[in-house]
Amino acid sequence: MSRIAARFAALKAEGRGALIPFLEAWDPDAATSMEILRGMPAAGADLIEIGCPFTDPMADGPTVQLAGRRALNSGATMVHTLAMVSAFRTENNETPIVLMGYLNPILSYGTTRFCTDAAAAGVDGLIIVDLPSEEADLMAGDAKANGLDLIRLVAPTTDDARLPLVLAGSSGFVYYVSITGITGTRTASADELADAIPRIRKHTDLPIAIGFGVRSPAQAAAAVKAADGAVVASALIDGMVATLDAEGRAGPNSVRVVLDQVRALAEAVRAVRK
Amino acid sequence: MNKSFGANSLRSGPDERGRFGEFGGRFVAETLMPLILEVEQAYNAARADPAFQPELDAYLKNYVGRPSPLWFAERLTREIGGAKVYFKRDELNHTGSHKINSCMGQILLAKRMGKTRIIAETGAGQHGVATATVCALFGLPCTVYMGATDVARQAPNVFRMKLLGAEVIPVTSGASTLKDAMNEALRDWVANVRDTFYIIGTVAGPHPYPMMVRDFQSVIGEETKVQLHEAEGRLPDVCVAAIGGGSNAMGLFHPFLDDRSVRLIGVEAAGHGLDTHAHAASLSRGRPGVLHGNRTYLLQDDDGQIQEAHSISAGLDYPGIGPEHSWLHEIKRVEYVAATDTEALDAFQLCTRTEGIIPALEPAHALAYVRKLAPTMAKDQIIVMNLCGRGDKDIFTVADALGVKL
Repeated sequence: MSRIAARFAALKAEGRGALIPFLEAWDPDAATSMEILRGMPAAGADLIEIGCPFTDPMADGPTVQLAGRRALNSGATMVHTLAMVSAFRTENNETPIVLMGYLNPILSYGTTRFCTDAAAAGVDGLIIVDLPSEEADLMAGDAKANGLDLIRLVAPTTDDARLPLVLAGSSGFVYYVSITGITGTRTASADELADAIPRIRKHTDLPIAIGFGVRSPAQAAAAVKAADGAVVASALIDGMVATLDAEGRAGPNSVRVVLDQVRALAEAVRAVRK
Repeated sequence: MNKSFGANSLRSGPDERGRFGEFGGRFVAETLMPLILEVEQAYNAARADPAFQPELDAYLKNYVGRPSPLWFAERLTREIGGAKVYFKRDELNHTGSHKINSCMGQILLAKRMGKTRIIAETGAGQHGVATATVCALFGLPCTVYMGATDVARQAPNVFRMKLLGAEVIPVTSGASTLKDAMNEALRDWVANVRDTFYIIGTVAGPHPYPMMVRDFQSVIGEETKVQLHEAEGRLPDVCVAAIGGGSNAMGLFHPFLDDRSVRLIGVEAAGHGLDTHAHAASLSRGRPGVLHGNRTYLLQDDDGQIQEAHSISAGLDYPGIGPEHSWLHEIKRVEYVAATDTEALDAFQLCTRTEGIIPALEPAHALAYVRKLAPTMAKDQIIVMNLCGRGDKDIFTVADALGVKL
């Protein structure tokens, strides 16, 4: 069983949902982001999403855009991102890691080589924002051959006629983009989620995580009440940005502030019994 | 429209996945995907509707001022020597460039789809002005994304768009040019999928845009064919056009793709030189990748990060190119060359002085190459160059480059 499937099965047995915090690799620098990654499981992360920096993140709002820019300025490359995962795996073999990014850096690396290296580093799944079902054959074979889950995005605009196509190639879990918009902007209402999640459930047995617009512990709790997991990204980055100095360098509190936020989110997520 | 070409035609693309060879496709986030499919369906339905093309043709004739003339540039021809140079004068269109050909087609499609809000990206501002114009004509609200760098260097067009009622949003991410404006327009579209139509300015973006914009721009080449036949009784030997995203070039070239005797030459912006890092020559110096919804040649580093383009011409300042051009490059049907900022500036002045036409800096790049090519050809040979925009917007940039204070 894959790490992702094992983790969701364990959480189901525990009767609770998953907290999936996000960090951008090498934001604001290699050491700080590595320390945040290392600290996340103990702070309550059930799965971890690592953003792969890209110059043109077209689905992301200003917060993630700037995180990517800081990361690239600090010298981040795809090789570095994979090395972070390898380093993490020397001390943690259970917490699933999902890479989220855009297609071009992967194409540039080479899709086959990328999937091989990612799996060897200990990556469990890939979320590739600009690879819709219509183009997924580009990666599907290599991902499968290396045991990587291709986690598909489902959006409010994905109607019932289209859901089977999107879900057909999905594995690991389903990532529900809860708003029509970019990351870090709007938040879906409880009513919107109460409509959307059962609609997707009719088409799949995979766990469903909700992302885009999940910021506070209360919103994370609402997300795991409606679905199986909550992804929190921009709010954690905003927390860290508040600790940076005028030049964008990490301060003494940068790691602690992010991990404290993760702890607060985890507490809220764990309080929801399913 | 509704053309059907044979299996051996180079005009039959793209395939049903929006591919030209391995280029093109639909690399967008899932949120946009249903909308992209809806645009494709609506466009196919419009093409099949016998009322659509006549409606578009009437606007092109009575509002845009088509057909644009084909002008024999006799003094210029004498000055540079060699082949006869004709200008396809798309700078005489309403709004001063070829961009309106496609804006008119796209806004008619947006209306058919019941969309109530229009967005666009712009580099030099020509596409923004053309979009703002058709929005004023049809009474639709319009938001134009424009890189902050371009807002500064294209002030007259910014004011023009505002006069036309458009909201111009300066984009400060990246190098604040056309690429970043397109990112921001795509972000707006994701957030407003239900009521908004995105009028893309070039033959790039996710399928069906490269096909659709090409079809709307092909009026340039179709008219050229008829007009040159009337003037000279034959096909041209060479067609030349400038390439940023590639819409004016595709519009001129596409109707000639199956006329294998006609050499087709696209001129990219070499900026400070192809061997510097300051150019916009995606085909000459880039490699294939995915950006803005399509697979195509891109300027990128070894890690797949997109590099900033540079050109004195804001309209050519883009690190990608339309996917059909990438395919035509690989199958070698079209030749792609480059002209530097300096060569374009020289050609700009040559055109102004010999023909009394102030060209935009974009076609000045095409002319810079024509100037090299024509003297190598015989006097009875014919070059058609797409004079795709007028240069009023560029006089401040040119004055600055020439060290003149206005």
